[in-house]
Amino acid sequence: MPLYFWACTGMPGTETIHKLTCYHCGDSCPDTTFQLDDKYFCCFGCKTVYEILSRNDLCDYYAISDHPGVTQRGKAAVQKYTVLDIPTVREKYVHFAEGDTAYAQFHLPAMHCSSCIWLLEHMHTLHPGILQARVDFPKKEIRIAFDITQVQLSDVGALLDAIGYEPYLRLDDTPQNPDKSQQRKTLIKIGIAGFAFGNCMMLAFPEYLAGGDISDPHLQSLFRILSLVLALPVFIYSANAFYIPAWKGLKKGYLNIDVPLALAIILTFGRSLYAIFIEHTAGYFDSMTGLVFFMLLGRYFQDLTYKTISFDRDYRSYFPLAVSRIEAGKEMQVPLSDVQKGDMLLVRDGELIPADALLVKGKGYIDYSFVTGESEPVEKKIGELLYAGGRQVGSTLEVSVLKEVSQSYLTQLWNNIDTGKKQEEHNSLLQLTGKYFALAVLLISCAAFAFWMIQGETQTALDALITPLIVACPCALLLSATFTNGNALRYLSRIGIFLKNAFVLERITQVDTVVFDKTGTLTQANTSSTHFTGDSLQPYEKDLIAALAMQSNHPYSKAIVQWIGEHVPLAVEKYQAIAGAGIEGMVEDIWIRIGSAEFIGAVRDDISERGRSYVSIAGKVRGIFHFNNAFRPGLEALMEQLRNDKQLYILSGDNNSDRSYFARYFAQQNMFFEQSPHDKLKNIKYLQQRHHVVMMLGDGLNDAGALQQSDVGIAVTQSTHFTPASDVVMDVGRLPDLNALFRFAKAGRRIIVASFVISILYNTTGLFFALQGALSPVLAAILMPLSTISIVSFTTGMTTLAARRLFARQHMRE
Amino acid sequence: MSVIILLIGASVLVAGGFLFAFIWSVRSGQYEDDYTPSVRMLFDDEKADTSKKSTFKTTKK
Repeated sequence: MPLYFWACTGMPGTETIHKLTCYHCGDSCPDTTFQLDDKYFCCFGCKTVYEILSRNDLCDYYAISDHPGVTQRGKAAVQKYTVLDIPTVREKYVHFAEGDTAYAQFHLPAMHCSSCIWLLEHMHTLHPGILQARVDFPKKEIRIAFDITQVQLSDVGALLDAIGYEPYLRLDDTPQNPDKSQQRKTLIKIGIAGFAFGNCMMLAFPEYLAGGDISDPHLQSLFRILSLVLALPVFIYSANAFYIPAWKGLKKGYLNIDVPLALAIILTFGRSLYAIFIEHTAGYFDSMTGLVFFMLLGRYFQDLTYKTISFDRDYRSYFPLAVSRIEAGKEMQVPLSDVQKGDMLLVRDGELIPADALLVKGKGYIDYSFVTGESEPVEKKIGELLYAGGRQVGSTLEVSVLKEVSQSYLTQLWNNIDTGKKQEEHNSLLQLTGKYFALAVLLISCAAFAFWMIQGETQTALDALITPLIVACPCALLLSATFTNGNALRYLSRIGIFLKNAFVLERITQVDTVVFDKTGTLTQANTSSTHFTGDSLQPYEKDLIAALAMQSNHPYSKAIVQWIGEHVPLAVEKYQAIAGAGIEGMVEDIWIRIGSAEFIGAVRDDISERGRSYVSIAGKVRGIFHFNNAFRPGLEALMEQLRNDKQLYILSGDNNSDRSYFARYFAQQNMFFEQSPHDKLKNIKYLQQRHHVVMMLGDGLNDAGALQQSDVGIAVTQSTHFTPASDVVMDVGRLPDLNALFRFAKAGRRIIVASFVISILYNTTGLFFALQGALSPVLAAILMPLSTISIVSFTTGMTTLAARRLFARQHMRE
Repeated sequence: MSVIILLIGASVLVAGGFLFAFIWSVRSGQYEDDYTPSVRMLFDDEKADTSKKSTFKTTKK
């Protein structure tokens, strides 16, 4: 039976100061307005979710973990799920249908605990049309089987939303089924290779131990044939993971790393056949299968690391899926791509303006924080131009589209970037080394072969041709990079730093210039350091102000609530938010107002009104809240560390009121304020033209261009479902560890170099004997896996050690 | 010596059995989500569940 427990410390109605926590999501409740069955909720949304669940006997949800819900506060106006019934959209989500049963797949970013799994998999009790639901927790996906005669896809979407799991709707968010079967194939290939490797090894051992001589010739040939049989599927099936890319590379005239590998596999196999059938000696199937097995394993390991990190470079993911178009006086839902010049669109509270448009009807308060970083809405009158990317706050607008979606300001920004793509992968240090190494080995073995042939010793010549390839196969080299980077990436993702790929790690080591966005990156967007001027507030007055401020989502309101801290929750009546002015409401029959000087009726100082809110209680001005943007905790220490060897810049969309505050760490000429996204992009480009390797840290869409232009773009994010155009996604709390990241990247590089040296030592020693024809291929075959295993354990061990050392503090915290 | 042949045969057979078990488990999608089932098995079964037949058989291919 579920354990319902009282979430607040103290009984309601008592005079003690207590904090009510929402039964659903665990957030603190502003007041006791939302109450049901002795339980309090922070907002109407959370209460609704609870109502639905309790009506359907699903309260076990709350028993599995405490406050499992996701807050419903501040959720945008009711999403239009009818778009899901547009056939072209529908087929993106319904991937399979059989009779009356259809299977739909959604991505639910809000899914976060075992209660979520439980609730979502019991969705069938909420609606008879839903037959079954299956959750894939690591991918945050749900597959729902539903009866199309009873329920529409839009209803399924709305139901998910109603219980607090808003589906992530995107046109290009099609479930990746081909990827799935690809992964299965890789696993099977590894399985087969591993199986063959183990058994070939077992069969080869007697020959190794007996010095290539087993007394029973029948047994000997049986072992050899059996090895061949085992190696065959590896040679034909598992190894085509190397043949195919090698062939593709060769066709394009590019010698990639798979070429020497494929060559080594084929040559070893051919040499083994020759050894068994012509020379009647032992083959090298164990080393061939081992090579394939370890290489496949390394690649799988690397892929696995990237799988959890899905990056999205499509601008459309920020835009609504469908918009409301007015056609002949009626409102229609149309996909975004169908919007054309001259269309009349409805933009509701909280919705994005999808394209540059003219305001035709309604009063616009446009929040351009996505575009410029400014958090305060801009007032727009009828006839004014609205740029794409702004979010309407307040009443519904009617707008006339001026440009098609693809031509908008934001899109232009993105398209700019796409053409100037960064150089990728090909000229990476590792690839180059691998390539030349492979080439060198090929040349050396050919030369040795020629040398011994001229001497007239065919047997030695053959050995000298093959053994270097087996001994010096670049696999130890390749593995060192794969395993070092793979392990590093895995470790970083575990502590909240997600890298797009291993090359990012390599680029991080070259960074000499670090550029920060201000709001939301260096400073906290919501909890700026706040202080109050005026007669100090009585506790009761604080309660009144906090009650009102809690109603609003404005950053300043949030900062006020945070400043006040613990308070008695009180109910607010007649609450009203006047955009661009302030908020007002009745608390305990006292009229409270927070906002601009004009709104309050206060005398305005000569100083600019930015960063301050006036408060009046019962018509009397009580004082002013000042908001200073302050560094996030831990960042000052970071600045101290960074400024020794890096150039630091600020590119901010905000005004320059904080210039002096940042002057401690940033040179005057390195601070740029009132930067549009395009300015940021240009500034980054300018730095790069002066041969700086630039790392950009930003938090939002407004930085997307700059993030992508920079050599290493780091998106600093608070929410997990933010997927910007960047190379790294970093949890906000990890920002103070930026210097540790630099050092870790460098350590990774050192480890790779060290293992290079080790494997080159192996190789040269091996080669030295091999070229003389003195090293028997059997011995080479033993050396090969041995060197591989030692390299792999060296690299993984060293990276883990480095990570532990550099990120030690975090380990303690977790 | 024939006993060694027998032993080898047996060991390869056993190993092959495991290989096929592995391939089967990969094919049936057991490696795709290695977290959710571990939670799912801890939930109490409901009576209502049985009325609706399990529609999620493993998808082939």
